[in-house]
Amino acid sequence: MHLINAILVGLKEIWANKFRSMLTMLGIILGVSSLVAMSALVKGMENGMKEALIAIGGLEKVRVEEQDIPVWQQHLADQAVGTTMNDVHALIRSAPLITMVVPEMRTRNITMTRGGKSISPWNFIGTWPNAVELNQHVVAHGRMFNALDDENARNVCVIGTAVRDALFGSPEQIGREVIPVGEFVNINNQRFKIIGMFEHYESDQDKKRRELQTAKPPEPKGTGPERSRGYGSMGSKGGSRSMGGFVFDLKNNSVYIPLNTMWLRFRAASGTSGTGTGGFGGRSSSGSSSGSGSTAEFVPDPRLSTLSVKIADIDKMDEALQQAKNVMLHTHKGIEDFSFRTQENWSEGITQAISNARMSGGIIAAISLLVGGIGIMNIMLASITERVREIGIRKAIGATFFDVFTQILVESVVIAILGGVAGLFTSNMLVKLLIILSPTENTPVITVESMFLAFAFSVAVGILAGLFPALKAAKLNPIQALRYE
Amino acid sequence: MALIELRGVSKIYHLGGEEIRALDNVDLDINGGEFISIIGPSGSGKSTLMHILGCLDSPTKGSIKLDGTEIASASTRDLARIRNEKIGFVFQFFNLLPKLNVLQNVELPLVYAGCGSRERRERAMEALRLVEMDNRAKHRPMQLSGGQQQRAAIARALVNRPKIVFADEPTGNLDSHTGETILKLFHDLSRKGSTIALVTHDPEIAAVTPRKIEIRDGKIAKNVDAKLAGQLDGPKFAVGNQPG
Repeated sequence: MHLINAILVGLKEIWANKFRSMLTMLGIILGVSSLVAMSALVKGMENGMKEALIAIGGLEKVRVEEQDIPVWQQHLADQAVGTTMNDVHALIRSAPLITMVVPEMRTRNITMTRGGKSISPWNFIGTWPNAVELNQHVVAHGRMFNALDDENARNVCVIGTAVRDALFGSPEQIGREVIPVGEFVNINNQRFKIIGMFEHYESDQDKKRRELQTAKPPEPKGTGPERSRGYGSMGSKGGSRSMGGFVFDLKNNSVYIPLNTMWLRFRAASGTSGTGTGGFGGRSSSGSSSGSGSTAEFVPDPRLSTLSVKIADIDKMDEALQQAKNVMLHTHKGIEDFSFRTQENWSEGITQAISNARMSGGIIAAISLLVGGIGIMNIMLASITERVREIGIRKAIGATFFDVFTQILVESVVIAILGGVAGLFTSNMLVKLLIILSPTENTPVITVESMFLAFAFSVAVGILAGLFPALKAAKLNPIQALRYE
Repeated sequence: MALIELRGVSKIYHLGGEEIRALDNVDLDINGGEFISIIGPSGSGKSTLMHILGCLDSPTKGSIKLDGTEIASASTRDLARIRNEKIGFVFQFFNLLPKLNVLQNVELPLVYAGCGSRERRERAMEALRLVEMDNRAKHRPMQLSGGQQQRAAIARALVNRPKIVFADEPTGNLDSHTGETILKLFHDLSRKGSTIALVTHDPEIAAVTPRKIEIRDGKIAKNVDAKLAGQLDGPKFAVGNQPG
């Protein structure tokens, strides 16, 4: 008997028992669609996390952080200098595996005001112009401050969109986008000129949602007084935020000013004494070990908040870090009060989380597919018991072991294939349903591979489930089968 | 050479340690074109004989030659092929597949023989014409009377142009009038050259065939050929009206 014939016979048999076959198929449909949907969710999660990783500067970015002095060097604690501009210059001069060094000096307790509005930005950073490149910022309007602005310690700043939203109003509130380049703001009562603004950072998902919302007319506000819903409800967008979304919020809520401006206006000048101006870069101060804020200090704190470096080659991460460590141990008089923080940890965390999610989701979906397979086997066994006589007749008129075996196996596989195809369609709907039910930050992405895999899996399940019933049917003795009532 | 040659064929079952000789050392020749009946009470071994002759079963001992080929030791796969090509079966309960229509039922042996769909259809229609069922080709078995179902089953048995047709109590499930027409059909087919073996417990049915083989306790009790004996001028269909 030809295969096409066998398939036609199988289809006919399935059609003859429509309801039963549908129920059997349902198991496979659910298995396939949950497998595809699960992998789509994981893929979406992966995409979101990768986006976030790129947004924070990629793997090449390494931060030098302060670290508690090791126990065996505790007696040298009062000689520890901290991370200063000395390190920056030394690294630039002596560490060829490091392509970029960006000093950052942060200050808290900053209030930016304009008119009646104010904001305390999360990131108020004095830095060099190349921070834009290292931190993956894009200046959408105006310009980044340059070396000259830094050298002259000009009162200029580049802001993120969240700062603009707070001081000038967001596009959603006032219906048009304000580009405040050229405007002046007060930062802790000092007049600063906004010379540039970064682009609005958001995940792809948020972008899509926002575009969707602008297409729709604005919805009427809910009843009751306006209120902030607390942490995580930043911006005009509703919905839950993820780790990825938080990264974008953080980036939007930034203000960059030249490093020297930071030093002169907010560090050196902030104490009641007002001493210690200028030229801090080449100085090696003994440094005070107490807090690094702009709290009243007689001696200004020349330490950098962070020092970020970009390494030349990700494959030479270890060598580059060793080089940087050697250089810095020299400038730190051998005291190891610093450590390197790479994004590898996060990257590994992402990979780990993804593979965990994939594994657990895959196992659950595979189990449901397996249950579908058991359903097929069950129904095939019931079906051959019903058809013992038919099988006897077929054997009497010349069907071989192989003919009967193929017939039953093909029926099982046809059920699995139909279920698999239907499952692929259903998975599409299931994913859409998931998006509606839980508006996650990461759009589930259905990949071709996952569909292919799920389909192949369903066919394999169909074959496995059909083997035993087919064997049982093919081994029937024709004489006994013909006598069977 | 005979179409079928049985030499010393035995079939022995073991039931609960007891040996049951369903067939005991049977010798039998059936020639091509013969119309025979195998008769015996139930339990006599006639069904076993038919199963072995029909290649549904293999003997415990002895040799069987069908059309010159030894089949006593053939594999199940070879037996299936021989059943398909050389043997037709007609059953008491018709055994048509209820999900297929008459034409598809008749085509079924050709499906397993690997014929193309056009050839299948032509040969199946030809077989249906032979039993005058070509006007019912698209009917389902359940839409037909018993006699019509049996005609369709006979068409299925003939469609592969078998060397021999075995009919196991073909009238057992039919009223006497319909049974008679079926027997007449067998006789017509026999005259057209088919070799037919009727298996029955009913002497009246056996009376229509020129040759009768009576089985008792697994042995051939009588083997009467009316032609050779010159007792019979022609077949008699009227049941109960047989020459003494």
